[in-house]
Amino acid sequence: MSNGWFAGLDPDDDAAAVEQIAAGRADAPEDWPVQAVETGFADDEADYYDRLHEVTMAATGAAVAEQEGADDQQLVHAVRAMADCERTANELAERVAEWGGSRHGDSGSGVEYARSLADRDDEDEGDRALRALAEQTADLADEADSLRTYIERTAPAVAPNLSMLAGPVLAARLVSLAGGLEALAKKPSGTVQVLGAEDALFAHLKGNAPSPKHGVIFTHEYVRGTRREDRGSAARALAGKLSIAARIDHYSGDRRPELQAELDERIERIQARAEEGDE
Amino acid sequence: MTLPTGVERHDFDGETSLATQGQPVYGERTDGDWRRWDPHRSKLGAMLEHGMDTGLDGDETVLYLGAAAGTTVSHVADFSGPTYAVEFAPRPVRELLDAAESRRNLFPLLKDARKPERYAHVVEPVDVVVQDVATRGQARVATLNKRFLSDDGRLLAAIKARSEDVTADPDAVFDSVREELSSAYELLETARLDPYHEDHLGIVARPRDD
Repeated sequence: MSNGWFAGLDPDDDAAAVEQIAAGRADAPEDWPVQAVETGFADDEADYYDRLHEVTMAATGAAVAEQEGADDQQLVHAVRAMADCERTANELAERVAEWGGSRHGDSGSGVEYARSLADRDDEDEGDRALRALAEQTADLADEADSLRTYIERTAPAVAPNLSMLAGPVLAARLVSLAGGLEALAKKPSGTVQVLGAEDALFAHLKGNAPSPKHGVIFTHEYVRGTRREDRGSAARALAGKLSIAARIDHYSGDRRPELQAELDERIERIQARAEEGDE
Repeated sequence: MTLPTGVERHDFDGETSLATQGQPVYGERTDGDWRRWDPHRSKLGAMLEHGMDTGLDGDETVLYLGAAAGTTVSHVADFSGPTYAVEFAPRPVRELLDAAESRRNLFPLLKDARKPERYAHVVEPVDVVVQDVATRGQARVATLNKRFLSDDGRLLAAIKARSEDVTADPDAVFDSVREELSSAYELLETARLDPYHEDHLGIVARPRDD
């Protein structure tokens, strides 16, 4: 039984052939042209290669369109929706906890408490009302999780280098805060460094606060995991590499794994200052 | 060294350069059918320019890993038989599709060179694997794709030092790549691709028996 892309195909069924190119697999190559002629899929080798050309062009065109269809604006919607779901779930969870405490006296907190109430048996109408709210809260938290999964899958297709360095969710947040991948690519790295800290930045510009050292990139382990006095340096180094990554993602789409190594090395040097003692 | 049939040194307004015959792809200089093959833009071009013995005669069946926008693979398809072009990133593949439009023997595939089982159902055994993937683990990619090479086939690889480790000395990177590669391949010739490509090593190798 052959594993070739044409195995079991009707020679006229182009759609199925395209699907097989995309989804098929085999452990090792075989002499596919000969097999295709032997099984009657193609008249001769020349006919086989003609079909192969048509089908690989169509399959690859479709695969590119599909991967690029996961565009930056879709990512922006998804990450904003995820943030809304998380925030709303947390607010409702607080309400559930307050209400639950008044009825059961065993008030916990957060979404986990809402989940525990959602599984509880009803005693009376008040319980049913509380349980319904707890269920909604848990569902919203689940929705946030599934949006996160969607972002984790699509961000690497939209912005491969940025996702590699920042992780897919932070990458999506940065794209969202900038308003799109192109807008992010055009921002200087000092702006990327404080994206998400606009309030602190404007307070600073009015003259009554220190300049913010970092915005949303604070969630990155390379900033959070660096001791306080070196965090500004770490944030600047990270923001520099992230804006380079965003530019490559927007303008060329190439993968540059060396960016990761460059960033690792910069951060290692910054974090080493803690061991060398104060400078 | 002899160039493969279908590749020649051609004169473009007084400047001699490698060239192949086919539809132009990336704005290269042309003279009639002949299109200039710029070694600065192509690592395989640089290997030929350096006189490395690639073993290419012309008309081979080729698997090209890391085809990107198709600059080099379009030249390869001009002088080769069936040419399978694997590239992972969707954006450059749009241009690869344009290059393949006029080349009936060029088969573009949006696949990951680190997962050969995802394209072994399409790619037949080949005479030559050309590899130009800028990812960490380039020796591993070559080893994984050995399954496509016929016994007397050739691996023509361009190894980019910075993709393996930006901080290490390129010579040290090349040593470790050579060592890792030699468990699966017999290395026939290696050469730095300067001045065309800095910190790149060209490799010609033959698969070892399993």
